[in-house]
Amino acid sequence: MMEENEALKQLFQKEFSKIVAVISKQFGLQHIEIAEDIVSETFLQALETWRTKGTPANPTAWIYKVAQRKILYHFRRGKIFAQKIVPNLTLNQEKNEEMASLDFSPQNIKDSQLQMLFAVCNPAIASEAQIGLALRILCGFTIYEISKAFLSNEETIKKRLFRAKEKLRADKVKMELPPEKEIEQRLDNVLHIIYLLFTEGYYSKTQNEVLRKDFCLEAMRLCLQLTEYDKTNMPKTNALLALMCFHASRFRARLASDDTYILYENQNQDLWDTALIKQGTHFLQLSAKGNDVSSYHVEARIASLHCQKEDGKEKWGEILHLYNQLLFLNYSPAVALNRTFALYKAFGPQTALAEAKKLKLENNYFYFILMGELYKNIDTGNAKASFLKAYSLAQTQTDKQDLQKKIDNLI
Amino acid sequence: MEDFVFLFRQPDIDRSKLSQTEMQVIFHKWDNWFGGIAAQGKISNMGIRLVAPGKVLKAGGVITDGPFVEIRERLNGFIVVKADSLEEAVTLAHGCPALEFNGSVEIRPVSMSEQLKGTLLAS
Repeated sequence: MMEENEALKQLFQKEFSKIVAVISKQFGLQHIEIAEDIVSETFLQALETWRTKGTPANPTAWIYKVAQRKILYHFRRGKIFAQKIVPNLTLNQEKNEEMASLDFSPQNIKDSQLQMLFAVCNPAIASEAQIGLALRILCGFTIYEISKAFLSNEETIKKRLFRAKEKLRADKVKMELPPEKEIEQRLDNVLHIIYLLFTEGYYSKTQNEVLRKDFCLEAMRLCLQLTEYDKTNMPKTNALLALMCFHASRFRARLASDDTYILYENQNQDLWDTALIKQGTHFLQLSAKGNDVSSYHVEARIASLHCQKEDGKEKWGEILHLYNQLLFLNYSPAVALNRTFALYKAFGPQTALAEAKKLKLENNYFYFILMGELYKNIDTGNAKASFLKAYSLAQTQTDKQDLQKKIDNLI
Repeated sequence: MEDFVFLFRQPDIDRSKLSQTEMQVIFHKWDNWFGGIAAQGKISNMGIRLVAPGKVLKAGGVITDGPFVEIRERLNGFIVVKADSLEEAVTLAHGCPALEFNGSVEIRPVSMSEQLKGTLLAS
């Protein structure tokens, strides 16, 4: 039974976004909640029916058929069908059925999902809500799972998603791809949301490891969808996909048995996923077409260097150069810190210290960890002071324990 | 924060006499120096790099190849940085690779109206 439940759960996650997209494409995005309800009801029925009668030979086809029947029933009964759909129909009963029948052909599923991706990643909605909607509508995560990821409660997430959907309705967002001349600009936003989705999984605060990995895989799946369509298969799309492949390749290696992270330097390189690294290299090559250099290009290149087992000044010199590029494109304290770390690996602690002192990141936890590391072998007093400062800024017990270890290890 | 322009000038280097490695070393010197300013969040605009030879047009339609005789230095490019004062901008300019090659950095505030225009364009 447990196994069957798990299989059904996986089927739900796989099919939820497809069915919701197909229904929304056919009847309009304003009915997105009805679409969600119908999928949920369908799966509830599946759970009950399959328990007594056993799982059908083709579960997906069963789900589509039942969803189809439910939607037909819903719209027949409801005013929507009478007011909006019937007037557009001839009296022909057959036509009637056709109008309400859902097209679950692979091509239509694919088109609908792509359109849904653009509809959900809409700059009109706050970006946090876009991620929430993406997780729900595009990836089929439950409200409970999303609330876990955001360290929030179900009620808050529900409200947030509700407001986002209201906004979609109010702005009359349509299920369609943006016009050709807007597609590139809109694609930037879609890529950004996918990037945030991946980051949410990769660096999530939640302890739920399975969920974190699922977030990352879903982000990769969405990006892969974009590479399958000519107009969205841009160099930067491939760059983002490459970046995610390289990061994901270290999934197993970065995780310790007690659910804490293993720092890059201490990872067992044998646990790196070479198939994913290969995929990353493939997409990185595709991203090199044209002259466009996005931050995803630079980050993917850095990530690819991190997947090289050889370590040396030359490699770090190149990483340093790439972090410089990233800063020229866009400053952020995190990139500034990574750049200083690369400077340390390429030119030693003295050079890095001189630059680190200029950063003025007074209340940044990571800054003081870096300062501690830089001082470690040249000035124990300052190293200890830096680690203590980081300790005072640490948010979790695990972080504090790590810092205590660092302090104890100082000579 | 105000914008200041760094104008880089230095004597001509005959690039044909430089090895690939030497060129790389020069490139990384500049790259890392720019990176140091960028890491402080103080780059406003990466500006442009200029290459030689070029032409100089003077009054009366006189065209020369340069260089700019009085100082024997060529303008090599510029960036725009953010700083609270001219003094801070000068501090930022320290360590500029142009100085190693007997060159100079000229630090000039950007005219307020230009800054305003930039802000308006960005918003």
